[in-house]
Amino acid sequence: MARTTTKDAQALFQSLRSAYASTPTNLKIIDLYVMFAVFTALIQVAYMAIVGSFPFNSFLSGLLSCVGTAVLAVCLRIQVNKENKEFKDLPPERAFADFVLCNLVLHLVIMNFLG
Amino acid sequence: MGMMSGKLGILKKILTSLPRQSKPSLITTVWSQDSPSQLKNYSLQNPRLVLFSFQNLKFLTLFDFDSHIVLISSFICFADMARNYVRFLALILAISICCEAAIFRPISESHRSAALDLFKPIDGSFSSLEETYEALRTFEVLGIGNKLDISASTCPSVVEVLGSSSSNLKTLFYALRNQRILKCALKEEILKGVSSKLKAAVNSASALPDFYHSIGGLVLIKDQTPEANVLLDDAEGVFRSIKALSQSDGRWRYGSNNPESSTYAAGMAFEALAGVISLAPSEIEQAVVATVKNDVVKLFDSIEKYDDGSLYFDEKIVNGHEHQGPIFVTSSVIRGVTAFAAVASGSLKLPGDDMLGLAKFFLGIGIPGNTKDLFNQGFHAIDSIPSSNCPFIDSERPAQGVSVSSVLGYNTPPLTVTLVQASSSSSKSASIIENQELKFDHDSSFHVLDALPKSVDIGKYLFTFEVVLNDSENEKVYATGGKTQVPIFITGVVKIDSPEIAILDSDLGSIETQKKLDLAGENSVTLSANHLQKLRLSFQLSTPSGKAFKPHQAIIKLRHESNVEHVFLVGNSGKQFEIILDFLGLVEKFYYLSGGYDIQLTVGDAVMENSLLKALGHIELDLPEPPEKAARPPAQPVDPYSRYGPKAEISHIFRTPEKRPPQELSLGFLGLILVPFIGFLVGLLTLGVNLKNFPSSAVPAIFAALFHLGIGAVLLLYVLFWLKLDLFMTLKALGLLGIFLIFVGQRILSHLASTSAKLKSGDLMTDFDPAG
Repeated sequence: MARTTTKDAQALFQSLRSAYASTPTNLKIIDLYVMFAVFTALIQVAYMAIVGSFPFNSFLSGLLSCVGTAVLAVCLRIQVNKENKEFKDLPPERAFADFVLCNLVLHLVIMNFLG
Repeated sequence: MGMMSGKLGILKKILTSLPRQSKPSLITTVWSQDSPSQLKNYSLQNPRLVLFSFQNLKFLTLFDFDSHIVLISSFICFADMARNYVRFLALILAISICCEAAIFRPISESHRSAALDLFKPIDGSFSSLEETYEALRTFEVLGIGNKLDISASTCPSVVEVLGSSSSNLKTLFYALRNQRILKCALKEEILKGVSSKLKAAVNSASALPDFYHSIGGLVLIKDQTPEANVLLDDAEGVFRSIKALSQSDGRWRYGSNNPESSTYAAGMAFEALAGVISLAPSEIEQAVVATVKNDVVKLFDSIEKYDDGSLYFDEKIVNGHEHQGPIFVTSSVIRGVTAFAAVASGSLKLPGDDMLGLAKFFLGIGIPGNTKDLFNQGFHAIDSIPSSNCPFIDSERPAQGVSVSSVLGYNTPPLTVTLVQASSSSSKSASIIENQELKFDHDSSFHVLDALPKSVDIGKYLFTFEVVLNDSENEKVYATGGKTQVPIFITGVVKIDSPEIAILDSDLGSIETQKKLDLAGENSVTLSANHLQKLRLSFQLSTPSGKAFKPHQAIIKLRHESNVEHVFLVGNSGKQFEIILDFLGLVEKFYYLSGGYDIQLTVGDAVMENSLLKALGHIELDLPEPPEKAARPPAQPVDPYSRYGPKAEISHIFRTPEKRPPQELSLGFLGLILVPFIGFLVGLLTLGVNLKNFPSSAVPAIFAALFHLGIGAVLLLYVLFWLKLDLFMTLKALGLLGIFLIFVGQRILSHLASTSAKLKSGDLMTDFDPAG
């Protein structure tokens, strides 16, 4: 049984990998960007766990910048994805422009809150 | 007199700066003969001090403004002289302090110098003819007429005024007055013209000032050139018309249509009437003249009085700016009355006291401050009262000096001063000195009292003086007074015998400590006592002639180290003065304060020359502890500047700063943060990211480049915002950059969109291959 589970898991993982390989490159870039943001957020949380949350606002702003930008990137991925029927009529450049604008606003707020 | 003028200066300023009515409470200065440098200032309501010095005893008396120090002499009007030339003469005998507090001084150098100070011509002449005349007349009366030399500048204006036909009566009048003194060169025709103009004015005048000026001018012309034709045609008519303006109370109206009456106008009227009489070609009816004399008497009924006996005239109704003051009014009245009495035949009986009171008024003004006052101070009037005698006491001289001189400083005829009586203030009946004549010392021109009987003891006395003229003929010219009373203190050294201080044991009265004191020298006794004991201080006082003496002040004061003071009066029985402080009863009064007390004794009196205020020594008092409800000692005054000293230091406790992580840890995590970024970049490369979509043609390429640069600029702005900018500046810059970025971004992205659309359709086209 265990062998089949692991084999099943491996088979699942393999099929996921192969399926993922067929995604377009720009989506992969966006995925990579999201991973980067999340990892940064995790490192910040680990740091806070070690030293304490003294300048709490700084911690929050740092964390929220990572999380915010990740969220925005996910939104961009949704809108840009050709297989998504909902955003069929939205040109990807437009989505990208929204992404840039929202990021800029987010980072303004973050910088203000950073202290 | 000269030596006193320096010291006079201070009081002069006080006298002149104070309003007349406040004089009864003036500050007087007392000058002790022993130590002239000790000028003690007393502010006293009714004290009397005049300084004398005698051979054995020193006398101290104080001049009182309220009392009738001034010997009033009776007024004698000399009217029987053949020449019909009347002088009102008064002799005022005033005993005053040689130094400061005299008010009734005769005219002296101080007046003259004041006149010189006040009447200073500007550029050689005065501003108006009136002022010129005042200056000239003042200097003439004071005898310093030669000091003012303005004839060169004033004569031309005088001549011009007299010559012009447009001058009004008042200007002509003053010009003529100036002319009388300056004696400018004038042509005959001018005077003739002026006199005819004035005569015409007299006939047509209806108001009092017009009469006054025109008649006065005619009189002046008559005095200067006796042959001029200035006699009035209808003198009696003019007389009656002036008289018609009089009122029943002796005052005069200014004009027939002016219902207000004025005392000043009365003076003017009298002078005018006197002028009419002198200008009349024939005698005016006596009955008419007599009515005027009645008016004079009635006017004198309205005379007002100050407390010190000086009399003056003043207006009843004061109307604003026209009111000039009592000096002005009084001098006008006196001028008028003297002029009238000079020309009226028959005697003019006026109360003698009135004339002398008026003279006192003028003398009492002191040195007036402004020019009008100085002029009015009766240099007119006093000229009508040319002889007043004021004796002065010279304190420097060992013998009493009573000096007699006239008001204007001139010498007097021979006379004798007698000390009629000297009696003690306390015992009214007995008089010590009777009828002692004062010898006249020719060198110093003082009347001197040589010897004083030995029986005179220290204390307060009343001296009565009388002035009698030697030559009885002079009685008609000069008037001397009756008796003057002067209160006098006679001072001396009071003997203090057997002063001692002792500590006694409670009820038994046994002496624990006894110390003798030397009240003439320094003492510093040290005593100690507890609350069960008593302190006794005793001494004896006696006058030089051995009698018992009770001083005004005999006080002992105990002062604690914390400056709390307690004062006790020393009682006496006969000569013996003694005080016993029973500490048992005084414990509560002393607020239970134990510790060192300084003892101070004060013995003083006005007639005691050796008054003393001495620190006797120190006493340590041991008092019991204060109970719960005991009164606290009163708070002593704190040094008012102590609140400006440094204050207590405040140490601020700052909030302990939060614990920060160690530097290395922070730096390590900084590095760690960068790792995902590097991972991202590596991943990008792995994916094979390229810039193929970057537009190749020029314009879009520029826009694309600008787009990226714009985003980079915004991020840089954020970094700056974090480092040093504030939100407003950031927003401003962000707004500008945003607009730029939107514009550029829209261009490039739309270009890309169109490109990819073309590609898509192209691809579609290429993809769709029917052949396969």
